[in-house]
Amino acid sequence: MTETASPPAAGAVDKAPRRGRPRLDPARWRDLSLVPVILVLGVIGFIVSPAFLTRDNLIGVVQQSTELGLLVLAEALILISGRMDLSLESTIGLAPVLALWLVMPAHGARFAGLELFPAWTAVPLCLAVGAAVGAANGFLILKLRVNGFIATLGMLTMLRGLQVGISEGQSIGNVPASFAYLGKADWLGVPAAVWICLALFALGGTALGYLRHGRALYAIGGNPEAARAAGIRVDRITWIVLAVGGLLAAFAGILYTGHYGAVSASQGNGWIFQVFAAAVIGGISLKGGRGTLFGALTGVLTLQLVINVMTLGGVPPLWTQFLNGMIIIVALVISRFTSGEKQD
Amino acid sequence: MAGQTDGRPAAVRAEGIVKRYGPTVALEGAGLTVRAGEAHALVGRNGAGKSTLVSVLTGMERPDAGRVTFGGEPAPGWGDTAGWQRRVACVYQKSMTVPELTVAENLYLGRFQGERVIRWRALRERAGELLAGYGVDADPAARIKDLGVEQRQFVEIARALSFGARLIILDEPTARLDAAGIGRLFARLRSLRARGVAFLFISHHLQEVYELCDTVTVFRDARHVLTAPVAGLPEDALVAAMTGEEAGAARRSRTAARPPGEPVLRTEGLALEGHFAPLDLTVRAGEVVGLAGATGSGNTAIGEVLVGLRAPDRGRISVRGRPVRTGSVPHALEAGIGYVPEDRHREGLVPGRSVAENATLTVADQLGPMGTVLPARTREFARRMIASLDIKATGPGQPVSGLSGGNQQKVVIARALAREPAVLVAVRPTNGVDVKSKDALLGVVRDVADGGSGAVLVSDELDDLRVCDRVLTVFHGRVTAAFGAGWRDHELVAAMEGMGEHDAPGGEHPPAGEGRPAGRDTEGTEGTEGTAS
Repeated sequence: MTETASPPAAGAVDKAPRRGRPRLDPARWRDLSLVPVILVLGVIGFIVSPAFLTRDNLIGVVQQSTELGLLVLAEALILISGRMDLSLESTIGLAPVLALWLVMPAHGARFAGLELFPAWTAVPLCLAVGAAVGAANGFLILKLRVNGFIATLGMLTMLRGLQVGISEGQSIGNVPASFAYLGKADWLGVPAAVWICLALFALGGTALGYLRHGRALYAIGGNPEAARAAGIRVDRITWIVLAVGGLLAAFAGILYTGHYGAVSASQGNGWIFQVFAAAVIGGISLKGGRGTLFGALTGVLTLQLVINVMTLGGVPPLWTQFLNGMIIIVALVISRFTSGEKQD
Repeated sequence: MAGQTDGRPAAVRAEGIVKRYGPTVALEGAGLTVRAGEAHALVGRNGAGKSTLVSVLTGMERPDAGRVTFGGEPAPGWGDTAGWQRRVACVYQKSMTVPELTVAENLYLGRFQGERVIRWRALRERAGELLAGYGVDADPAARIKDLGVEQRQFVEIARALSFGARLIILDEPTARLDAAGIGRLFARLRSLRARGVAFLFISHHLQEVYELCDTVTVFRDARHVLTAPVAGLPEDALVAAMTGEEAGAARRSRTAARPPGEPVLRTEGLALEGHFAPLDLTVRAGEVVGLAGATGSGNTAIGEVLVGLRAPDRGRISVRGRPVRTGSVPHALEAGIGYVPEDRHREGLVPGRSVAENATLTVADQLGPMGTVLPARTREFARRMIASLDIKATGPGQPVSGLSGGNQQKVVIARALAREPAVLVAVRPTNGVDVKSKDALLGVVRDVADGGSGAVLVSDELDDLRVCDRVLTVFHGRVTAAFGAGWRDHELVAAMEGMGEHDAPGGEHPPAGEGRPAGRDTEGTEGTEGTAS
């Protein structure tokens, strides 16, 4: 489990500014509550299959955690500021498709693009699409004051439909090299996506702990009225968080596309459930204002390890969905009691 | 205190009621008798025990000691809701109807008798008869939310009476009505009285007591103080009974050590439609100015406009001569206006976060370079605040939810003082804190002024207002009187209750012609975010 050695350091910065002495208090235990679960899963995995503790398998687990992890990072930031965004799971598919549509050659390939922009702009375009989706959510939620749950649920369906419409329901292959690079490359023997994901979690943790605006997220999520009375520009910051969330989802889409070499038509389909599960298991409150990114990261790893162990254990594929749901509920209950806090 | 018998037994008689909540004594052997067909007023300052008595009389709370009888019979058992409802009904300040349902459904909610299937036509007919019987002009098929406040109240009264109760408790029934509505309500109440219904009327507006009631009972500090016929009871005697001081005896308060300096805060023609009329206010350095007024008088709204939480319709605010953009909290903070909100749970604190974080919310931009917040500086800052305000906490890292009320409020004040404001606006800063913290908190406000800043204290608590150098009373959105230091309790209370209008000297002339504010000023602060563009 070498991969989990660095996240504690990265996540620990979340807590540092709120702590006077370097001692373990309940707040820190809550952060670490999933670590024993992960260790237990490791032992189970080892018992179930000797293949578990191989380098390839573990790297596979963390690589698969990256895309989900980025969505969880995005959702965690949004949840901490007291909102939610269901459309992230569509953004991860739509943003790459839209970007590729704009840059891919109009003729010759199976998928005909518009060729409006040079190929190298695919990555920035994809990120811009993600940020735009987040901003559109922000407009609906913050300006029109519609219900955020339903608005982003509508957005989820609409964007999924847009992706299907543009891609004609097919996978898009032959993506530009710049677009595929990050998802495919290995740095120091570990997929680049893993490094990037860890770096982004560390960056997010630092921002939440050490930046004025990052810290404001907790205040906004914990009590928006108090934040407003303290001079925090609540709506503006929330809007930025939603846009950043969309951007991270689009980035997850880039990694995913690079990893598999193509954008599948169902990319991200049904992920939002796991995203929320990982966030809540990781100690992020759905009511806002509570939780850390380190916790969220352990939530992601827990879920992915469970899936991996099940696969290695030879669970019949027809039963994986049932077990997956059951295990999420079990993990939720476990984290509820190890952290000793009510989840809401 | 028992009313004289006139043949009929008393509608309700409560004797020797004791109710304690932990160490707090809410009622200490208090009692009250309402005769049949009587309109009886219950008055007293906040915390006098009025609402506790109402809870006891309606069977919501079980007294620790004492006896309640209705019409000579002992009160129903505790928990026998139907039994209580047959004897006494209460119309609360807040509407207890279901807005999405029709008038008929609301009238018979939870008691559609005898039928498995609701027969709508019969239900509506019965409701129509009931309403007509009490002279209430409301369509039984209309939804409650489409009715006006006034009609809604009548529907509630009719529902209360339909249970068979012959005693109705009205808790601040006029707070949400305009003058004409109050007139119609009173007319309706008088006609009901003529049919033998007794009323217990709770109000902060003493003139209404004189208008409607025959007898008045005064509670003070959890005790019964006085019951007397309204006719022949002079106003000052009533106010004196409420405040517990002989008219004429002034209490000295701690006020400014030196003459006030330059103006730090000035408003010109500041107004918010439906809340307060144009206000010209000047606060000088070293001065604490009180804005006294009952709930709904508009004084809270003035405070919220000053700090930028609400945008005024008209008028300007300037701090130390420089204009401040109105309706924007960041601009108000930047200009040097500190804010202690009315409700620390709603607007003051982020409950799960630490003392340090809460105290530094307003100064996050000063805790490190380039938008960073350095933990060491945050802790250092919080430690200074903990020391200077004497906050009882285990350290800067303790979550605020673990502190006592008084210490939580100190954290809120720390947050307001963190930017060393030119003027501190505090709304009911001692709300819900114990006596000792109260003194400490008020001492802080005084110290802020003594340190060369100005302070505006919005409150209806006389103890709060005692630290003020000047007190302006606000009634129905207008400044009705101004008092220097050394005011007398009864004068101030009378002015806050809208009686005995004084001249308003010193340039705080309220313009005439504004009606009664449309709603209570504590209602939602929805709408403009104040940060746009």
